[in-house]
Amino acid sequence: MKIFALIAVILTGAALIYSTFDMPDWGDPASPANTHVSPRYIEKTIEETATPNAVTSLLADYRGFDTLGETTVIFTAGIVCIMLLRRYEND
Amino acid sequence: MTRKLENIVIQTVSRLLAPFLQIYALYVIAHGHYSPGGGFQGGCILAASFILLVIAYDINAVKSRMSEKINTLYTGAGVFIYAGIGLLCLLLGANYLDYGILHKILPVGPVKARAMGTLGVEIGVGLAVMAVMVSIFLNIASGGRHEEGAVE
Repeated sequence: MKIFALIAVILTGAALIYSTFDMPDWGDPASPANTHVSPRYIEKTIEETATPNAVTSLLADYRGFDTLGETTVIFTAGIVCIMLLRRYEND
Repeated sequence: MTRKLENIVIQTVSRLLAPFLQIYALYVIAHGHYSPGGGFQGGCILAASFILLVIAYDINAVKSRMSEKINTLYTGAGVFIYAGIGLLCLLLGANYLDYGILHKILPVGPVKARAMGTLGVEIGVGLAVMAVMVSIFLNIASGGRHEEGAVE
């Protein structure tokens, strides 16, 4: 059974590596990620949000809902840590 | 509070360094519009100032400055500020988290109102991150007991 698992892992890995040959190069200016929304954000960030740091305007403004989710994840992590770890004296 | 066995140099330097760390954290949060930074980074630096005090002194050094109840309140308040700003935009008649509509209640134009909304959101994120980091550190370092024997 172990040999089948190994073969499955190798086949899946080979398929994944093969698929990376179709991906665009690092920093390729013609790749879809760099031609669709990135130029729009870089050009319009000051006139739309008055924020010179495009990273901040993306994080908190254009993608504000995503950052709300991240904050909720951190909040949940803190609450779960309190629930799991905190011990009171009379327990 | 001060225990005799611990090093007075470490304790003095940590006590003097903590306020400067906190000022720097507030700078990182407030200056996120113009330089690298923002709520997550600033909140972590703010938490580092409290963690420095725990390491140099003991847990009571932080609990006397910020009690557990207040800290847990900050955890929720951070997320509440973020979600509340979003809800405020909804109540004023725009989409959720569409800060531009905040110009109705702020003395600035719609474009500047987006920057102000971003700043408010970053403050909420910073508050939540700071409180959660301190809370997790205290719970793990003391095994959840929050007793004065500091980091073991």
